[in-house]
Amino acid sequence: MKFGIVINEGPYTHQSSDSALQFVKAAIDKGHEIFRVFFYHDGVNNGTSLGVPPQDDRNLTKEWSELAGKHGLDLVVCVAAAQRRGILDEDEMGRHGKSASNLAPGFRISGLGQLIEAGIQSDRLVTFGD
Amino acid sequence: MAVLHTVNKSPFERNALESCLRLAKAGSSILLFEDGVVGAMQNTRFSERIAQAMHDFSFYVLGPDIKARGLGGDKIIDGIQVVDYNDFVDLTTAHDTVQSWL
Repeated sequence: MKFGIVINEGPYTHQSSDSALQFVKAAIDKGHEIFRVFFYHDGVNNGTSLGVPPQDDRNLTKEWSELAGKHGLDLVVCVAAAQRRGILDEDEMGRHGKSASNLAPGFRISGLGQLIEAGIQSDRLVTFGD
Repeated sequence: MAVLHTVNKSPFERNALESCLRLAKAGSSILLFEDGVVGAMQNTRFSERIAQAMHDFSFYVLGPDIKARGLGGDKIIDGIQVVDYNDFVDLTTAHDTVQSWL
């Protein structure tokens, strides 16, 4: 089956990103396809490459990046939510005249159309959030 | 249409579980996870409400989230099925759609 996943919460609010990660891993292990993971609202904070959690703490951004690399996941960060929170790729950095970009490997920035498409194309859309 | 409802907040913190119980159609399934697992505990002021709702709904609770909170398995309301992430995935495919109560 095809799954669409929505994450509305950053890595340090409650547990949504952790739950979503475990769910996605279990779904992949069972042979399901993850059509897309869409990071919305504070969920875009999962996509910053500048976080430096303590070494004995989990690093969700890294885990998402690695999982994306391993299984070709499409990790999409909502552009409007990302701009507000200072999550920029190189294009957005140039467009807004900022001095740095910080989008982590495996993530890409796009719009809400990607969420709608995930809703249409996926057999199940599962939302994790606050 | 079979619906899986997911509740991830404690009933002592939010009204998500109460809203879910009020609005979900009989025959639906309800999965309690994250802080929502508190709703599966015996001897709270919500326990009786859950026990009654079992006539209409199938209840599930995510075992790893119970364990993470130190809430022992023997304190779970009778009739609530403890599941893992694999079962969570199976529940989503066994139902027609998933409604997340946030």
